[in-house]
Amino acid sequence: MSFAIGDFGHLSVIIAFFSSIVSAIAYWRYASGLSQTPDKDWLRIGRIAFYVHAVAVVAIVSALFTILYQHRYEYYYAWSHSSNQLPIYYMISCFWEGQEGSFLLWIFWHVTLALILRFVNKVWEAPVLMMVMSVQAFLTSMILGVVIPWLELKIGSSPFIIFKEAMPDLPVWSSNPDYIPEDGNGLNPLLQNYWMVIHPPTLFLGFAATIVPFAYCIGGLYQGWIKEWIRPALPWALFAAVVLGTGILMGGYWAYETLNFGGYWNWDPVENAVYVPWLILIASIHLMISYRSSGTALFWAAVLAVLTFLLILYSTFLTRSGILGNASVHSFTDLGLSGQLLIYLAFFVLLSVVLFYYRRKEFPEDSSEPSVYSREFWIFIGVLILSLAAFQVIAMTSIPVYNSIFSAFGWESNIAPPSKPEVVYSFWQLGFAVGIAILSGIGQFFWWRMAEKKAVWDALYLPILIALILTSIVLLLGWLQPNTGEEMSYWEMIAYITLLLTSIFSVVSNSFIFIKVIKNNYQLTGGAIAHIGIALMLIGILFSAGYSKIVSLNTTGLLYNKDFDTETNRDNLLLFRDAPETMLDMKLQYKGQRVEIKGWSGFVDKEQLLPTPNPYRWITKKALVKEGKSIFASGDTVELNPENTFYEILYSKANGDTFTLFPRVQQNPRMGNVVSPDIKRFWTRDLYSHLSALPLDPDDRQWSPTQVYTATPGDTLFINDYVVFFQKIEILKSLPGVKMKPNDVAFKAHMTLLGPNNTPYAITPTLVIDVDQMQTGSTVELNEALGVRIVLTEIKDIDQQKYTFEVNTCQKDYIVLKVIEKPGINILWIGTLLVVLGISMAAYRRYKEFILMRDKGMEV
Amino acid sequence: MKVSYIIALVAIAVGIGVILSTSGSTSEYVNFERAAALEKEGDDSEVHVVGKLPKNTVGDITGLVYNPLMDANYFEFQLIDHSNQQMKVVYLQPKPQDFEKSEQVVVIGKMSKGVFVAEKILMKCPSKYEDKEVKGV
Repeated sequence: MSFAIGDFGHLSVIIAFFSSIVSAIAYWRYASGLSQTPDKDWLRIGRIAFYVHAVAVVAIVSALFTILYQHRYEYYYAWSHSSNQLPIYYMISCFWEGQEGSFLLWIFWHVTLALILRFVNKVWEAPVLMMVMSVQAFLTSMILGVVIPWLELKIGSSPFIIFKEAMPDLPVWSSNPDYIPEDGNGLNPLLQNYWMVIHPPTLFLGFAATIVPFAYCIGGLYQGWIKEWIRPALPWALFAAVVLGTGILMGGYWAYETLNFGGYWNWDPVENAVYVPWLILIASIHLMISYRSSGTALFWAAVLAVLTFLLILYSTFLTRSGILGNASVHSFTDLGLSGQLLIYLAFFVLLSVVLFYYRRKEFPEDSSEPSVYSREFWIFIGVLILSLAAFQVIAMTSIPVYNSIFSAFGWESNIAPPSKPEVVYSFWQLGFAVGIAILSGIGQFFWWRMAEKKAVWDALYLPILIALILTSIVLLLGWLQPNTGEEMSYWEMIAYITLLLTSIFSVVSNSFIFIKVIKNNYQLTGGAIAHIGIALMLIGILFSAGYSKIVSLNTTGLLYNKDFDTETNRDNLLLFRDAPETMLDMKLQYKGQRVEIKGWSGFVDKEQLLPTPNPYRWITKKALVKEGKSIFASGDTVELNPENTFYEILYSKANGDTFTLFPRVQQNPRMGNVVSPDIKRFWTRDLYSHLSALPLDPDDRQWSPTQVYTATPGDTLFINDYVVFFQKIEILKSLPGVKMKPNDVAFKAHMTLLGPNNTPYAITPTLVIDVDQMQTGSTVELNEALGVRIVLTEIKDIDQQKYTFEVNTCQKDYIVLKVIEKPGINILWIGTLLVVLGISMAAYRRYKEFILMRDKGMEV
Repeated sequence: MKVSYIIALVAIAVGIGVILSTSGSTSEYVNFERAAALEKEGDDSEVHVVGKLPKNTVGDITGLVYNPLMDANYFEFQLIDHSNQQMKVVYLQPKPQDFEKSEQVVVIGKMSKGVFVAEKILMKCPSKYEDKEVKGV
């Protein structure tokens, strides 16, 4: 057993840590001399140390990935995050499932961005990279995994820790000191989704990109370039906004598709922790643009650019220190890094505060009072609303932090998070959203120089009129009426109408601007497109969240609920196999359990397959035929993931339309049952279905006592309520999935079970006779739809054709299903695409501006 | 008065509103005795109760009632709070997945007619994210 690769990785971490410190100091020394005659040696040292750092980071990433890829379970990280059966693309997810790996991903993105910054900047190189490298020093320290002996202080948590060191208490070490686990613990099944392959890298690139405006701003403040930092920082701020925004939305989309809370946003602390910096980043971009065009609000632009990065650090602290405890489903486990994270946060907060204080007098004073008809005024109001929206979210999310502070002072506190946080969040955020919709609608008019009283009203009356007409139409169509059976207060109603009206207004007025601007220069339409996108998102959220409707109402089974009739919840529907139930205007029929097999597109009935000792290999009972071609012959071995079962549900509408959904349950030995929805997408709405309870495994069910029947082909048996026809016996020399010797004989009984409505089910209990050994073996035939198990146990009399069967019955197969209808969700997705497109266009335009000025030698 | 002062005042007022609503929206961690007292006082705010599931000598959880064939939306269990008081909890939803595996349960809801009606259940499964079990030893 060689630990060379881990040692190499660990050494690389140490090199990366020290080289980042050297590089940061050298760049700092060089930057300090920039105003006079800088010492070129410092620049050289800074660059060399930076390159060493970059190479070391690539080495760490390669070492960790090799360990995962080669299933080196002697390393704790590989053991706890991967397993033998994991497909290659999920290996990538294993990399960042753990806290160390996700830090590493972040570090890697910083290096990538720093390389770009190193080459696109001239005079900015040193001031910017000194900040990036000092952040790198803190980040690499998180994965350092070094213990300072005389202080008994552990710095960072290394991803290269050896399994034996991580788990010293296992009894196996005494008998086998060289023990290596044969299989890993596996990847969290929730993360086994294609979105989880791309969502974390995108989000962390967004995290990493916020450092760029921060580094330009702090570097600029340090150099005394109070205003010059804005031009180079602006394209990066826009880049960060689009990447971070995309990352957040991917996470939301993943949650919508994979988790079963029935939505894309849950106000979970981890979600909030990235939403807040994004809001502040958007606010800072608006002020930076405002400064670029009119020279106002420089101080606040700088404050918000810095605050964005500090909020990223705060959110890192929240999600990784373990302080959220029970408050979040997906924060990382506590690795004992909270102290280190606090120092990290405190260092950059203090640095920023000191620099702002030091340069406070150099910020230009804004001219006395902005006119109500100036664009700067309205941008500032918009920024204020964004900041207040961010403040509201962070104030609520930090509730567990207040508890920790109280207990640190020795006060007993029993504050719990709100029982219905979504109500509070929705109340405030809806209000702020109305303000943002109005301002994004009128702001663009002020923007395009119509800042005179009369011109403004001339331009605005038409969009207002159109918005009023469209909103009235929506109201008349009844789309804003509460769902049947639900109540809505007057205030809610008014709030929803206001949000719809203002959002439509914003879409219309920004479309006007878009048409006007695109005639001159399409490159300038980014702002209008992004604002149309935001307004569409608000409309999509209003309908899909405000008017989502549970449609799987249970109409039976009120037995227990008598005591609770006022608050009875009847959101889940019980479906027996093959017994249709009515829901809304359609009938639902649960058809059975399905699996996905390799080499076959679509799903296969689980009852068509026979298990083998290897849970990943199954044998086909019959040939699997698709479009006349036999893909698998009878008795073929097929590969499948035994954790996933899909439940086929047929939805048929009164007009004859049908569709099928396959909600999934993943039974993972580590995580238990994980339920994922399946979604039917219509243009106007989604139908979102997931299981909420499923029957026990056949082995865990309660079976009736065995009944014994003796029968001859042609007989009719009566089992409980069902009729069974025993048609014939077939004598076979081979059976799929059974190894038979030349003298073995199989007796296959062909029977038909009649279910409710006289639905026939074929069932074929089989007995194999080993003539040489005088032994017999039976296959167990289970009909899940009726809960009947028939076993052919013996041939009582071969001449008289008498056969003995053992029969047990149990509960029929059933599922409990929840179905939610989400109207207007496609408007949300279209809006998000427009936001991404609009901001990307703006980023590209601002980057070209920067390059143009840089090449003129006007960087600062 | 200048416009900027008015705006500043409005912003501060909204900020104070946010703080008040945050502190007003919080719930409390209580035991069942206190939850019952709240019901008597007519206070219908929802509270958090942290507790453990009772187990018999073999280690199986006792008092679970979930019979989806009769009513898929009714789940009942017993919970022992930190003051060792046992209480019947009713949850008008299907039984959460892997409920039996949870070591600690947080119920959010309120007392009603002698039982605790839970709106939400949070389960703490020790094995969920940090499994220390080794396969094949």
